[in-house]
Amino acid sequence: MAEENMLAKIKKTATEIYRQIMAKEKPHLKMPLRSLSNVNYDSKEGYFEMSNEFKERTLTVNTIKTFAQTLRMLSLSKTLVETDDIATKREAYYISKNWGDAKFVEQPESDTVMDDIEAMFMVNREQMGFISDEHGGSVSGELIVVDIDPSTNKEIKIDCTKMGTGSYSVPTRVEHLKFETNAKFVLAIETQGMYERLVKHSYWKTANCILISLTGVPSRACRRFIRKLSDEKKLPVYVFTDGDPYGWLNIYRTLKVGSGNAAHINKYFCVPNAKFIGITARDIVDYDLPSHPLKDIDIKRVVDGMKNDPFVKFHPEWQKELNMLVKMKKRAEQQALAAHGLNFVISDYLPKKLKDPKSWLP
Amino acid sequence: MAEEKEIAYRLAEKQKEVSVAEFFERNRHLLGFDNKRKALMTVIKEAVDNALDACEEAKILPEIKVEIIEMSEDRFRVIVEDNGPGIIKEQIPKIFAKLLYGSKFHTLKQARGQQGIGISAAVLYAQLTTGRPTKIISKIRTKSEANYYELHINTQKNNPEIVKESTLEWKKEHGTKIEMDIEASYQKGAQSVDEYLKETAIVNPHATIIYTNPKAEQVIFARSTNDLPKEPKEIKPHPYGVELGILLKMLKATEGRTLQSFFTNDFSRVGPTTVKEICEKAAIPPSIKPSEVNMQMAERLIKAIRETKIIAPPTDCISPIGKDLLLSGLKKEIPAEFYTATTRPPSVYRGMPFVIECCIAYGGSLDKESSANVLRFANRVPLLYQPGACAITKSIIGTAWRSYGLNQSSGALPAGPVVILVHLASVWPPFTSEAKEAIAHYPEIIKEIKLAIQECGRELARYVLKKRRVSDSIQKKGYIEKYLNHVGGALKELLSLSDKEEARINDSLKDILEKSRKIEEIEKVEHDGSEERLGILQNDEESEVGEDG
Repeated sequence: MAEENMLAKIKKTATEIYRQIMAKEKPHLKMPLRSLSNVNYDSKEGYFEMSNEFKERTLTVNTIKTFAQTLRMLSLSKTLVETDDIATKREAYYISKNWGDAKFVEQPESDTVMDDIEAMFMVNREQMGFISDEHGGSVSGELIVVDIDPSTNKEIKIDCTKMGTGSYSVPTRVEHLKFETNAKFVLAIETQGMYERLVKHSYWKTANCILISLTGVPSRACRRFIRKLSDEKKLPVYVFTDGDPYGWLNIYRTLKVGSGNAAHINKYFCVPNAKFIGITARDIVDYDLPSHPLKDIDIKRVVDGMKNDPFVKFHPEWQKELNMLVKMKKRAEQQALAAHGLNFVISDYLPKKLKDPKSWLP
Repeated sequence: MAEEKEIAYRLAEKQKEVSVAEFFERNRHLLGFDNKRKALMTVIKEAVDNALDACEEAKILPEIKVEIIEMSEDRFRVIVEDNGPGIIKEQIPKIFAKLLYGSKFHTLKQARGQQGIGISAAVLYAQLTTGRPTKIISKIRTKSEANYYELHINTQKNNPEIVKESTLEWKKEHGTKIEMDIEASYQKGAQSVDEYLKETAIVNPHATIIYTNPKAEQVIFARSTNDLPKEPKEIKPHPYGVELGILLKMLKATEGRTLQSFFTNDFSRVGPTTVKEICEKAAIPPSIKPSEVNMQMAERLIKAIRETKIIAPPTDCISPIGKDLLLSGLKKEIPAEFYTATTRPPSVYRGMPFVIECCIAYGGSLDKESSANVLRFANRVPLLYQPGACAITKSIIGTAWRSYGLNQSSGALPAGPVVILVHLASVWPPFTSEAKEAIAHYPEIIKEIKLAIQECGRELARYVLKKRRVSDSIQKKGYIEKYLNHVGGALKELLSLSDKEEARINDSLKDILEKSRKIEEIEKVEHDGSEERLGILQNDEESEVGEDG
C-alpha cells in the first residue's frame, strides 16, 4: 500500500521534471520551507503544524548540484522501495560516493536533501526506505513490549522489568509495536547518568512507572515510541531535564510539540500531553543548586526562542521562566541535585514534584 | 625643598658612576642586541640608517654598499660604505664612539635616527663581543685625503678612545665607510638582514643598495627614481608634546630672558596672546626669568598648557614617501598583479605631526594560502620585530577585510595573496622601546592608519570582485558541464529512459542553463561595483542543526 503510493509519488515528480526540461522550461521542485518561521503551534492538538510557506528549487547554474543530488536521492529511494530494502542515513551518504562529482562531501548535506524530499512528499523517511542511525533511547520499568522476531516473523514479548542492570533499546521503527503495562506514568529523562541512577535504585518499582532516557534531543523513533505508549495506554508523560535553555527549548519542546525542521511529520512524532517536571529557574533558588553561568549560546537560544518559537510565544509560563533564567544568568544540571545527597532526587525531588501539579510547566 | 634637591643631585652623581658598558649590558635588549642574530641586523640597520640620513641631508642620491663576511662560526665582519658628504675629522670619534652624541636629539625633524645612540651602541657591541676596534674611513669633498680612525669607547667615561689615527688615499670623492667585527649569527628569512634591506629598498626607491651576504652572493637593489625625498623642515616643539622633564630642560637651556620670550622663541605656534593665557592660568608673570621657574611652577605651566587651546603644529616638517614612489618601490621588490597606495593628509598626536601612508599589493605570485604579509615602517625604516605590540598590526587586525574581498578570522590578520605596507612619517614616531621595533598605540595614530587602510581596501575590493566575477563566469560554465549528466542520469534511472532520451534531456537542459547564465552575466555587469557574492557552493537552505533525528 504505502510502497505503491510512494513509487507513484516519485514517478510523478520525475515525469514532471522530464516534461519541463523537454519543453525548455526551467525545471523546479516545490517543497515546504523547513524552519521554525514556518510552523504554527496548534494549541488544541498540541503540536507544531506546518504553515504555508514553500520554497521552490529551480534548476539554475547555482542550484544544479543540489538539484542533481535530489534526483539521485529520489532514484535511490525508488530502488529501496522496489526491493523492500532499507538504508541508514549514513549508508545513503556512502552510496552517494558512487555519484562522481555529485557526491556528498559530508553527511549533513545528504541529510538535508533527504529531509527536503521527505517534506516534499509529506511522508516520513522510513516510508522512503531510509532509516535513522541514531540511538533511539533506553527503556526500563513496568512495560512489556510486543515486537516481531525478524527471523521467524513471530510475536515476541520483551519484559522491561527483566533487563537487569541493562535496558531495552527503542528500535528505529516502532509503528508495529504493541504494549502491555500497569504503570501509572512515563518518566522521560534527559541524561543517561540520571537514568542510570533511577534504574540502579529501581525507582520504577517504587513509583510504578516506565523510565525512558532521551540522551539529548530525542530521536524521532523515541518520540513516536513515547507517543504511542501514551496514546494507547492512556499514560501521562513527565519530562525531567536540566535547567537550561537547551533542556527546555531543544529537548522538552521538541519532544512535546515537534521541531520546525520536520514539521510535516510532527503530528505523529510528538507527545502533546507531556508535562515538564525538570529543573526550573525557581528550583535553582529553592533547592540552592550549584549552578554554572549562562553561556552566550544559551542567551542566544533564549532570545531566539522568545522571538521565533511559537510554543514559547503561546505559553507565558515559559516566557516567565526564560526571563528569570536570563536575569539570574545561571543554569543548573539535573545532576546538580546530587549536592544534597546522591539519592535526594529519589527521596525528595521527584516525589515532591509529582505530587504538586502547580510546580509543573506546560 | 632644598633637601630634596640635594638628594636629587647626589642621586645624579651616583648615576654618572654607572659606566656605559654596564648600562649597555643591562639594556642591550632595549637597544636591539638581545641575541646574535638580531645583533647583526641591528648593527647593519644603524649603519644604513645613518648613511641614508647623511646622504639625504646633503642632497646626494644614496648608494650604499653592505657587506658581511663570515670570519668564524659566530664572528662576522660588517662593512657599510656610503657616498654621503663625509664627516669632518674632529667629529668622527664623537659620532661613532660616544653614546648619546648626535645632532638629532635636540631638534624635531623627521629623520631615521633619534637619540644618537644607535651607531655608537653598535661600536660598543663590537668592542664588548670581539674586543676589536671599529675602523672608520671618511672623506669630505674639499679634502684630498681621507681620515682613518680605529676607535674604542672608554666605557668608564663614555668618551672616544682613539686606537689609531691617520690619513690615507681613497678613490671615493666623498663618503664614509665603517667596518666592525662583531659576534653574530646569520640566517635568512623573516627578521633577517636580507629582509631588512629589501624592505629598506621598497620605501627608499631613491637609494641603491648593493648587498653581499656571508655566502658571497651579491644582491643589487637598484634605485627606481632620481628624485630625492623632499627635505623635511626642522620644527620647534609644540607645547602639547612637552612633558615636565623636557620643559625643565628647555627652561634651563633657553636663551630667552623672560618666560614670554622663552615660549615664543622656543616653541611653535605660541604667540604673545597664547603666552598670556598660559601664564594667567598658571598664575606666573610672563616677565619672570626662565631660570626662576621652579618645579611647582613648571607643573602649573604644564597644566595650563593642557587647558589652553593652541593651533596644531605646522605639518610641512614631514616628508612622506608619496603615493607614486611607494608604488614604484613596491612594484620593484614585490611581484604582484595589483597595486594601490595612498598618502593621508597630516595629522597630530600629542603635539607631534605625522602622516600615514598605506600601500597594498595583491595576487600574482604571492602566496594564496598564508596570511597577509605586513610591512611596517617608521620614517622609512622597516620594523621587523614585535609585530604584535605595534599599532600598525593592531589596526590591520581591527579592519574588516572581508568586505574588501579577503578572508579573515576574528582577531587575526587577513588571509590571501596580499602584502600590506604601512608607513608612519613623523618628527617623533612614538616607539614602544628604544630599539624602535613597534609603534605605540595612540588613538590618533590608529585612526589614521585605519583610514589609510580603508582607502586602499576599497580599491582592492574593486579589483578582487572584478576578478572574481570573471573567474565565476568561467567556473559556472564548468559547473554546468560537471553536474548536467547527473540530472539526465538520475531521470534515466527514475523513468527507465533510453540512452537517446537521456542525451536529449542533457542537450535541452544545457540550452536552458546557458541562456540563463548569459542573462545573469549581463545583469551582473549592469550592477557593477555591487559587493554581492555568489554562493555557488552554498546551499540555499535554512536548517536547524541538531534539532531533529
